[in-house]
Amino acid sequence: MTTSHESEKKIMDTTVKPSSFADVAQAKPAKTPGTRALGKGLETRGVHAWFGKHHVLSNISLDFAAGTVTALIGPSGCGKSTFIRTINRMHEFIPGAAMAGEVLLDGKDVYASGTDVTKIRLQIGMVFQKPNPFPSMTIGENVLSGLKLAQLKVDNKDDLLEESLERAGLWSEVKDRLSAHGGSLSGGQQQRLCIARALAVRPQVLLMDEPCSALDPGSTLRIEETIRHLSDTMTIIIVTHNMQQAARVSDYTAFFLSDGGPGQMIEVAPTSEIFSRPQDQRTENYVTGRFG
Amino acid sequence: MSTAVEAVPTKPWKASTRERATDCAIFLVSIISSYTVVAVTPMKGKLAYFALFFIAYAILTSVFRATQRGSAAAKDALVNSLVAIGAIVTVIPAASILATVLAKGLPGISFGLFRHDMALATPTDPLSNGGLLHAITGTLTLVLIALILSVPIGILTALYLTEIKGRFTGPIRFLVQAMSGVPSIVAGLFILSAILYPITKAYSGLMGSLALTILMIPTIARTSEEVLNLIPNELREAGTALGGTQWRTVVMIVLPAAKSGLVTAIILGVARIAGETAPILLLTGGGDRVNPSAFNGPMGSLPYYIWKSFNAGSPESITRAWAGLLVLVGLVLILFTSARFLSSRKAAK
Repeated sequence: MTTSHESEKKIMDTTVKPSSFADVAQAKPAKTPGTRALGKGLETRGVHAWFGKHHVLSNISLDFAAGTVTALIGPSGCGKSTFIRTINRMHEFIPGAAMAGEVLLDGKDVYASGTDVTKIRLQIGMVFQKPNPFPSMTIGENVLSGLKLAQLKVDNKDDLLEESLERAGLWSEVKDRLSAHGGSLSGGQQQRLCIARALAVRPQVLLMDEPCSALDPGSTLRIEETIRHLSDTMTIIIVTHNMQQAARVSDYTAFFLSDGGPGQMIEVAPTSEIFSRPQDQRTENYVTGRFG
Repeated sequence: MSTAVEAVPTKPWKASTRERATDCAIFLVSIISSYTVVAVTPMKGKLAYFALFFIAYAILTSVFRATQRGSAAAKDALVNSLVAIGAIVTVIPAASILATVLAKGLPGISFGLFRHDMALATPTDPLSNGGLLHAITGTLTLVLIALILSVPIGILTALYLTEIKGRFTGPIRFLVQAMSGVPSIVAGLFILSAILYPITKAYSGLMGSLALTILMIPTIARTSEEVLNLIPNELREAGTALGGTQWRTVVMIVLPAAKSGLVTAIILGVARIAGETAPILLLTGGGDRVNPSAFNGPMGSLPYYIWKSFNAGSPESITRAWAGLLVLVGLVLILFTSARFLSSRKAAK
């Protein structure tokens, strides 16, 4: 399949070679977007972002179909993290940060005036780079902390606790010590605890900002399996520097790049195509490991 | 695992008998040389012994190390002994104060001391008459009211400086720092002229507590600010990203994470005011009777009791004063330990 198209793609006078990750990307079961009743997904239109006067992100328009995993790849400093932080409005958490454009969740702009920002963050969950369980809480309290923070009521907390930990792939490891402190877990377990915590408020979308960059390969694999399972029930956007990871977990991949100015999105395509037949020379250079 | 070879821990290495003997020898030679120098020169006193011992010890260890392992090891040994001397010099005054207070205060301590007040006795009476119950209850009341007033204000100020970071952060931080240098007599005079003379026109425990509050707020606010700044920003982000408002995030995540530090801040605040004397002399009126109301009538307190007893000048009254000092030190110690215990027990669970 790769070879049949390869000869047709000649961009910038260079034959585009498939990345070594192309096989990995194609080995995954294919996923048809939008077939599940998970809402209409997420859409960004012309998103720009600034820190003070520093323009860091320029004109990003991306569609994230419901029930898919989209990986954002690109060198450090190209605005990937900033971009996902504009989606759940965590960008404005930083003093002096500003943005322009629209982020549409189920067709509604999350930046529309009168929108309750805390409701947005309940619908769009987030997992951070470093595992950050709340130190004053037990494992169980950590998982349910989102409910307390947002003052939500649920009928059966124990069921939700088990379900969230189960979905995050952590239940069997911690079910006997739910009252232990979150800090007593290993780094990989802590990160899955943070995923369970984000899942407990039942978000439609989960943003993951390099969730495995502080973890060992074994833990990384566990989290990737978790991501694949989760993608049946939610939309996932993951920032990663690990191209193997992008190839393994994502249905779509978007390549971001900054040429000294604000970060731009160079290309977005199904993951197998990004790694086998990228349209842009710069994408090809990046995914084949020529820079970045 | 069952096949593992039996292993005996060999590290960390313990000093051999010979090394220990050399250390002891250096120690003894230092003591002997300090005595000889004091004996043959006009230098006199404990201080001379200590100073000469330390100098001799530092020189001897570094010379010994130099012969053994060269100049780098000698410098290392010299700095090591200097650091140790610094630590000891810091501990000596504190230990000697405690020892003096214990030695002079213990004879005045009796069971009756904690059961009676001075309503029917004067400081020059025999020790069997009267006690300092009024002073203990008074000090506890003063500290308690000051705590109730200053803990919320101090911590809210710290939260404004660290969490809200509003437009007035700079000026407020500057004012809080300036306030922490306010002499206690100034706080006392301020309450005297701003509230006591124009409004209440009477001495009361509350007036004293207000002055103590002024002294306590900056200590609590500054320490709490430092503690809250140490809480990683990721926790605040995580709370916000889970749909918490800033207020919920601070209450549920930031404050619990900072709890033991905040308790330390409060302890430091109590330490600042528990023995404060000047505003108490000005404002509380220093009664000799247990006064259950902080709003009415003069209120005794330990610093006032100590001051009054020393002033009376008889041997009995001076013993009373030392006993009062001992009780004050003990009270502060009990407050500290219980606060530490309470904060660590919850964290360990």
